[in-house]
Amino acid sequence: MSTQTAARTVPYKEKAPFDYSSYMRKGKLPHIWCSGCGHGIVLKSLLRAIDATGIQKDDIAIVSGIGCSSRTPGYLDFNTLHTLHGRALPCATGIKLAKPKLKVIVVTGDGDALAIGGNHFIHACRRNMDLTIMVYNNYIYGMTSGQSSPTTPQSMIATTARYGSIEPTFDTCTLAKAAGATFVARGTAYHAQELEKTIYDAIMHKGTSVLDILDSCPTYYGRFNKFKSASEMMEKIEKDGTLSISQADKLPPEKREGKLLRGVLHKSERPEYCEEYERLMEKAQGK
Amino acid sequence: MAAEAKIKCSVGLTGNSAVAYAMKQINPDVVAAYPITPSTTIVEEFSGYVADGKVDTEFVTVESEHSAMSACIGASAAGARVMTATSSQGLALMWEMLYIASGMRLPIVMTCVNRALSAPLNIHCDHSDSMGARDSGWIQLYSETVQEAYDNVIQAVRIAEQENILLPVMVCLDGFITSHSIENLCLLDDDVIKKFIGEYKPSQPSLLDVDHPTTYGAVALPDSYMEARRQQAEAMTLSKDVIINAAKDFEKISGRSYGLMEKYRMDDADAAIVILNSAAGTTKVAVDEMRNKGLKVGLLKPRVFRPFPYIEMAEALKNVKVIGVLDRADSYTSFGGPLFTEIRSSLYELDKRPKIINRIFGLGGRDYGVKDSLAVFEELLKIKDMGKIDKVYDYISVRE
Ligand SMILES: Cc1ncc(C[n+]2csc(CCOP(=O)(O)OP(=O)(O)O)c2C)c(N)n1
Repeated sequence: MSTQTAARTVPYKEKAPFDYSSYMRKGKLPHIWCSGCGHGIVLKSLLRAIDATGIQKDDIAIVSGIGCSSRTPGYLDFNTLHTLHGRALPCATGIKLAKPKLKVIVVTGDGDALAIGGNHFIHACRRNMDLTIMVYNNYIYGMTSGQSSPTTPQSMIATTARYGSIEPTFDTCTLAKAAGATFVARGTAYHAQELEKTIYDAIMHKGTSVLDILDSCPTYYGRFNKFKSASEMMEKIEKDGTLSISQADKLPPEKREGKLLRGVLHKSERPEYCEEYERLMEKAQGK
Repeated sequence: MAAEAKIKCSVGLTGNSAVAYAMKQINPDVVAAYPITPSTTIVEEFSGYVADGKVDTEFVTVESEHSAMSACIGASAAGARVMTATSSQGLALMWEMLYIASGMRLPIVMTCVNRALSAPLNIHCDHSDSMGARDSGWIQLYSETVQEAYDNVIQAVRIAEQENILLPVMVCLDGFITSHSIENLCLLDDDVIKKFIGEYKPSQPSLLDVDHPTTYGAVALPDSYMEARRQQAEAMTLSKDVIINAAKDFEKISGRSYGLMEKYRMDDADAAIVILNSAAGTTKVAVDEMRNKGLKVGLLKPRVFRPFPYIEMAEALKNVKVIGVLDRADSYTSFGGPLFTEIRSSLYELDKRPKIINRIFGLGGRDYGVKDSLAVFEELLKIKDMGKIDKVYDYISVRE
């Protein structure tokens, strides 16, 4: 087992050009993602962030559910577990309990995390176990061809919402914070370098960290909703539709309206689950 | 014939489109579903009918299959005609609720587009999903073709809702092979279907019937639980005749005849393959090839797996010398797959029992071609000549 090297300290700098190949299972390429899909950009940001932490591959477990986004670990040369639709979090919880020293990163989709796995999501946040949860939020069930998900904005079109969705949505970040996550942030595939930094912070945070990562599904969400191209989607949703939290403070309310905030939206300190567990064991054993 | 004039033939549809179209014609009160490959497009297309006002259905997009079946159960207990569709992990996630549906005697009709179960992850056809649900108290109908899937879905509604049955029905068709292939089929007229299934009048008091307050699923302790189960078993036994009668009436409106099983060139067969769903079509080609060479072989394709028609099965197979049961699922008994164990058990009462082997095939979408079918027939004929079986239970077309 390799030992964990000291984490690189902030201020954070990007290393370029970056060699992804040492983190990838090259035999698993080409990947399944459509051209224009944002999932690959998120994958690369994740690898650069991991590299920056200095944590060795063998000390990291990457766990996913089912979906296009959940295919990520298949391409990555870490300890990886591809589980069932919605079940990444309980599996990750089991891994962390058995091997608390492992850094456990969960890769999931908006459907995987918030629909079928919604119950697991809130309870993972509540426990505050040291897990990094990356929700690739493309507003749709990509893998099964574009049904509406709990994040499909109202009035937007999906295969199961032909004239526009009428369901109110979940805001991943508000939900995570309310459920007890101690690090909550948002990033986008468009802001890839900022995202890398946010992922880095999330991994370094002790406790449950949740990242709402906006990215695009041009094949379904884009086509149904008349976006002309993947890049137009990125510009409209990820660039123009968001504001960095640091800029937002300086803007008048009308300029902030309808925009989602990027960056670390919530951070707090609470006892981490595995450490609490350890303390309880020691107490029970009279140590 | 007047009815015949109403039949639209040579319509090209995929299995899933045909099922979605049948659902549109049935016009159920409630459909609740969650997408999963390869059943997704059934509900996707049906949601289009809902959106365009072609049906009166309340369509509920829930957050998982567990919730889908739960919503179906609630709606059915409230007196609605309810349908849904799923596959594989979706059916697996419904497990708990499958037993609630049958235990509450709710006539829900669900299409199961057969797909392998994880792990390893696989989206292609086998029967592990529906076979795993075989003891959940659902009637199970299997379909070789797009036409059969369409016809079975329509008959399923009639069967489920019979007053003396009230059991949920699962209609199975092969993932991708049938669900995504376009076939020519004959569609029935909306009115003809409406008349065939009739208006749904729940024969047990519904939750919404405030004049006759009722409760579903209440606790039944050792003094009463077993009686509820006994009644359920009785309904399953009675359903055989209901299925046969529904098929007879269906023949009158469609000209297509169905029974508990299909026998293909079985009359004087020395060797026979028993196989479910689309692989029966492949096997028919092999039967014809063997017959052209003067070899007496045949095929038996069960349509009804629950209830298991053991008497008719024994009757159909009693003169065959060697039987090969081909299972597209294993049940890890180390002795044979689910179809095999039940067929073998059905033959027990015969004075002269045929020889019988089991071959597991086609798991996770592994191809089953005419050559595979021919190889099994050749093995069966060899067993007939030699009088002995080397291996009762084995896998075919697999790398060792
Ligand atoms: C129990 C179960 N139900 C349904 C499915 C089918 N399924 C696979 S992925 C998926 C949705 C994926 O959407 P999301 O999590 O948002 O990820 P994306 O594909 O958009 O990245 C569904 C419904 C499944 N695999 N298992």
